[in-house]
Amino acid sequence: MMAARTGYDVVIIGGGHNGLVNAAYLAKAGRRVLVLERRDRVGGSAVTEEVFPGFKFSVLSYVVSLLRPEIIRDLELPKHGLEILPLESTFTPTPDGDYLVRWADHDLTRRELYRHSPRDADAYDDFGKLMYHLAFAVKPILGIVPPDPTSRSPRDMLAFLRLGKHFRDLGGEQMHALYKLMTMSSADYLDEWFECEPLKATMSASGIIGTFLGPRSPGTAYVLLHHYMGEIDGAFRAWGFAKGGTGAISEAIASAARRHGAEIRTQAPVMRVIVKHGRATGVALESGEEIYARKVVSAVDPKVTFLGLLEPQELPEDFLHAIRRYKIRGSSGKVNLALDELPSFTCKPGFGPHLRGAISISPNINYLERAYDDAKYGDFSRQPYMDIVIPSLIDPGMAPPGKHVMSIFVQYAPFALKGGWNAEKREAFGDTVLDTLAQFAPNIKNIVLHRQVVTPWEMQEEYGLTEGNIFHGELALHQLFFLRPAAPWSDYRTPLKGLYQCGSGTHPGGGICGASGRLAALTMLKD
Amino acid sequence: MLKGTPFHPRTSRLCQAQNWRRWAGFLAASSYELTHEREYHAIRSSAALIDVSPLYKYLIRGSDAERYLNRLLTRNVEKCAIHQVIYGPWCDEAGKVIDDGTLQRLGEDSFRLTSGESNLRWLLDNANGLRVTVEDDSYSTAALALQGPSSRDILAAVTDLNLDELKFFRLAFSRIGGVPVTISRTGYTGDLGYEIWVQAPHALQLWDLLLEGGRPYGITPTGLLALDIARVEAGLLLIGVDYVPTTRAIVESRKSSPFELGLGWTVRLEKNFIGREYLLEEWRRGSTWAFKGIEIDWLSLEQVYGEYGLPPQLPSTAWRMSVPVYAQGRQVGYATSGCWSPTLKKYVALAHLRTPFAKQDSRVEMEITVEHQRKRAQGRVVELPFFDPERKRT
Amino acid sequence: MTDAFDAIVIGAGHNGLVTAAYLAKAGLRVLIVERRDLVGGAAVTEEVFPGFHFDTGAHRVNRLHPSVVLDLGLAAHGLELAPCDPSVFAPALDSPHLLLWRKPQQAKESIARLSQTDADRWANFAELISKACGFLEHAYDHEAPDLFSRGLGERYGILRLIRRVRRLGRPDMTEVLRILPMSIRELLDEWFESELLKGTLGSLGIMGMFQGPMAAGTAYIFLHHHVGRHGGALRSTTRVRGGLGNLARALAGAARQAGVEIRTGAEVEHITIADGRATGVVLSDGQQIAASRIISNADPRRTLLELVDPLELDTTFLRAVRNIRYKGACARVNLALSELPQFSDGPADGSHLRGAIAIAPSIEYLERAYDDAKYGRLSREPYLEAIIPSVTEPELAPHGRHTMSIFVQYAPYHLEEGFWDSSRREALGDLVVRTLTRYAPNLESAIVHRQVLTPLDLEQTFGLSEGNIYHGEMTLDQLFIARPVPGWARYRTPIKNLYLCGAGTHPGGGVTGAPGYHAARQILKRSTL
Repeated sequence: MMAARTGYDVVIIGGGHNGLVNAAYLAKAGRRVLVLERRDRVGGSAVTEEVFPGFKFSVLSYVVSLLRPEIIRDLELPKHGLEILPLESTFTPTPDGDYLVRWADHDLTRRELYRHSPRDADAYDDFGKLMYHLAFAVKPILGIVPPDPTSRSPRDMLAFLRLGKHFRDLGGEQMHALYKLMTMSSADYLDEWFECEPLKATMSASGIIGTFLGPRSPGTAYVLLHHYMGEIDGAFRAWGFAKGGTGAISEAIASAARRHGAEIRTQAPVMRVIVKHGRATGVALESGEEIYARKVVSAVDPKVTFLGLLEPQELPEDFLHAIRRYKIRGSSGKVNLALDELPSFTCKPGFGPHLRGAISISPNINYLERAYDDAKYGDFSRQPYMDIVIPSLIDPGMAPPGKHVMSIFVQYAPFALKGGWNAEKREAFGDTVLDTLAQFAPNIKNIVLHRQVVTPWEMQEEYGLTEGNIFHGELALHQLFFLRPAAPWSDYRTPLKGLYQCGSGTHPGGGICGASGRLAALTMLKD
Repeated sequence: MLKGTPFHPRTSRLCQAQNWRRWAGFLAASSYELTHEREYHAIRSSAALIDVSPLYKYLIRGSDAERYLNRLLTRNVEKCAIHQVIYGPWCDEAGKVIDDGTLQRLGEDSFRLTSGESNLRWLLDNANGLRVTVEDDSYSTAALALQGPSSRDILAAVTDLNLDELKFFRLAFSRIGGVPVTISRTGYTGDLGYEIWVQAPHALQLWDLLLEGGRPYGITPTGLLALDIARVEAGLLLIGVDYVPTTRAIVESRKSSPFELGLGWTVRLEKNFIGREYLLEEWRRGSTWAFKGIEIDWLSLEQVYGEYGLPPQLPSTAWRMSVPVYAQGRQVGYATSGCWSPTLKKYVALAHLRTPFAKQDSRVEMEITVEHQRKRAQGRVVELPFFDPERKRT
Repeated sequence: MTDAFDAIVIGAGHNGLVTAAYLAKAGLRVLIVERRDLVGGAAVTEEVFPGFHFDTGAHRVNRLHPSVVLDLGLAAHGLELAPCDPSVFAPALDSPHLLLWRKPQQAKESIARLSQTDADRWANFAELISKACGFLEHAYDHEAPDLFSRGLGERYGILRLIRRVRRLGRPDMTEVLRILPMSIRELLDEWFESELLKGTLGSLGIMGMFQGPMAAGTAYIFLHHHVGRHGGALRSTTRVRGGLGNLARALAGAARQAGVEIRTGAEVEHITIADGRATGVVLSDGQQIAASRIISNADPRRTLLELVDPLELDTTFLRAVRNIRYKGACARVNLALSELPQFSDGPADGSHLRGAIAIAPSIEYLERAYDDAKYGRLSREPYLEAIIPSVTEPELAPHGRHTMSIFVQYAPYHLEEGFWDSSRREALGDLVVRTLTRYAPNLESAIVHRQVLTPLDLEQTFGLSEGNIYHGEMTLDQLFIARPVPGWARYRTPIKNLYLCGAGTHPGGGVTGAPGYHAARQILKRSTL
């Protein structure tokens, strides 16, 4: 039985946060919008699931970092239930039984850094000031459709000139700092500032999250900026948890979209994009149902969109070539624990405010680099980098009273594991994570009630992330800005008329940011 | 918890007001009594004992120490004799002030630099390649300021030091009841006074000895509220309040040169120091800004308040904010600190003024808020300090 | 003043000689002071063992700046370049060897024995590299742009650069911009499947670097080594006939002819500065020599941190200079041989010994070699590039005997434990010989003499900080407008009349003469004669 539905202005493939943002903006502008989500709930990688009875997890994406404040304002997300709770501190235990904590309070952080290195305590402030400046300088880039420097169109050339002038106006010192930040490794960049290993390692860890690079790989430094972004664009203290888990963000955006008239269907997996006369005219669902619309937007990653949902002959060969070589190696996994009680760290036993923030297993740069070495040759790290949060301490509703949920982001876990992923390897990976954590918090193994291990394989199979890449494509210099996902198709359009893209695989990409969804919507409204 | 200073076990017991503020990451008493008035008057009429341990302190030693400090400071360090103290700012490469403080010459190759903000990175980075060591002494050395007309008598009672020989801006090594101390005749009040530097483990003993020995002279533990009034009267700059250190300035316009802070007298352009090129240029061209005192006319205050049927109502503590200053109908500057001077019976403020409006006795107006309305009170520009008693240097 | 020079050049490296020659040609009275007893810096040929002549420092020339060759009449002064053919021979233990001939067709045939697909792609790859290099060539032929100048000339320079890259056409331009920040591994993976081919090509992306082939920016280094190589010969090797010392001799000849005075055995102790201006040098014997300009061919660290009083420089600048990364990672082993090495799989005619011999069987081999170095250890299985100049020039060795120079990577300057003492030096030598002997079993027994230069030896012999052969790592953040430090890419320093002209300046390391050429032009631009 073939049913055909028409009448939509836009049909969006994928109900992840970018797809939902895109839908909300389009619906707000009066378009008739339909979002199609393969799973039984919206959110994509930004979902909250009650994995074990009473224990709710932000299964994949777990902290809010760069959610664009204009999206929060434009879509009035707080009205739809969005509430972001602060994630104030970062706690790094070290193998020698010491630790480093960076607190929300400047004086406390300073004193703590001073304990490790008096000079670093000064340098940290100076560094913060420089990053603040640079974040301010880079901010405009996140909010624009990237111009293509190779284009001769007046729009691109003008935009490029404007950008050139913007950077010139920064003046030498900042411009040069930015140049170094864009080209250096985070380890080298931080070496210029600091000597305290746990500080350098924990800061540089933010530069490697989601990449297939080690802290000594050039190109990892610029992500350091992201930590300072929130300070300048009206989302002060932008790092935090969404109350109810990251799924609550997706729910809030979905609610805003519905409020503006968007229709959202779950359990509606798209099988292919329907192309007629060289134009995308709709989608065919796995159920056989066909839905027609004037425009089709894909919020899924470029590999799935262009290699999975379309026949090769619909796209130009050079574009397909570019998409085929687009790098999307997944490198991280997730372990979610239901805990009977709180973990106790050897270096800082018992409960304390340090458990309320991020707990980073990144004692030194070599630790991270060694973790990367394993991954380079196709193994998961024997001693992985871990970014741990205990959301139930901030948002008690996530676990039954007195119990806790712990979310562990783990790197590196290469998608292309030697011999491939299977259940046995998955559990071995989970064991490695617990073994490593137990070196710092010995009680951890005794307090685990349930454990969920998500490898890149599950990310691909369950959440549709090709190769388990959480950013829909690696955030490397040659895959950013006008090269994301492939030049000259960085402006959310595609070589196929009527087909647009709005996922993290487009500029600026990555994280729960929403900018791609919004910028795509604005581009579509112009066409 | 924030850290207490080495005197905290004593000061916390004395602090009836439980009125603390942050100073360089330490807890510092704002006032010990419920009001700060008696503490202020102790500074001017008897003796005040102020815990100034949160000051940053650096020990700089080595055969290149003099050369090194001479390169950093705008003052000529070569002219600083052994056991002399000099005050001055240090600048970044563009001649803008990073910080200001006193430099004690403890010996031929040995100095102690004090500052309001941390300068360790700057000091270390400039010491590279030189025969000089920089040691952060901030936590290991505690300091007390003993300020006021009776301070000399108190010290005379507790040390063997011949205090007549300890001139203004000189220092001496001594003992107080067996505790080794360095005593410098310096302070932040513009009055006769001393600062006493002691190893942190001896801090409590020193405190007890001073309080005990000073009791007959009316020694009074004094907090920062009183100190703030005294330093405004003395026309002394406060970093982060009267100027933004370059390390914290987000935009260029927030930075100030020594000339713009009334510290032109400290700038020795004939020697080589960081920022000299720009300061030479500024000196030739003339500065855009000047840092001066403003005295508000009492009659003008009466008139402004009178419009609302009120007598002048002035704050009892010193204020720290940016207040616009006008002349000839337009804004020509801004005041950054001000207070009612209990000694001078004048309402005074420290202000950044555009040079043409900064001459002695120039008429200016300062914004003042009366009954939620912004008003302007008449005043005149005066040279600093407002209050400069003879006893300070004799 | 009659006894004062117009310019003193510190160091008679090839760039110093170039700068001196240009300045003298422009009428300046120029003195070169050189610490060692011979000129050339790291471009020298030395008789290390009686009758055996080695290029002890660099062993290949990059692209000599064409103006330098012409303006200084280097050919007349005896310079003869000898491109090797084949360019490189790469033996392997578990696959056929690879021979990259200069002629693309010939190279393709050799590649076809490893992979037909790769062979089919060879021509297109060569074309892409040559296009990308055309753009770099332009950038190298000019000074690094000054992004903040409002002068018309500067703006024109930037526009010219943009126009040059635009001339590539849109798809190629995108491709070039995309390649620049990539890792050599990623680039090669997009093109080829043969591990041996990728390893052999990829080694050029890490040569002299403290980076592995998986590090971003190594694709750029690969391009750097191809600048000026026309005609589709990839990974080519060019020697100077008679050894690199002949280049130094030619340059010194040209310089002397232009009136330059060269003093060897004269080590500069420090640069004298008065009122922010360089006024001369003081030699280690105490002699003072005055000059109105001082130009240093030494690397930025030596020049600015060791020869200059730190109190003469501003903090921010000093921080930047201190932050220049050197991290030398290579060593040299020179072998005097009684007979030629016999590679198990070498062609019978011995043609494979005429060019470079690379031990780089795969990208992973190189990356693992780097892994060791990252943690301060000598690579257990190092990347080696050997050359046997005596094959084509028998006069470099006694009759029937041979000289073999081996470039070794990674040998990190900073060791996890200890330092480069004599036992570690010999261990390095043994490792290299052992590694090569696996491919050429007779090698070990053919060795008559052995010279091992550790990174520490390179530092002490040639004055290369941390043994870095490029005077500072050639990573993107230390190139172009950021070489030697951001904002000072124009050969000047904050000290008036003190200039830099070595490989630590744009466009960087290798035997090119380009930094020396640009430095001379900048200095002359600022001089009113």
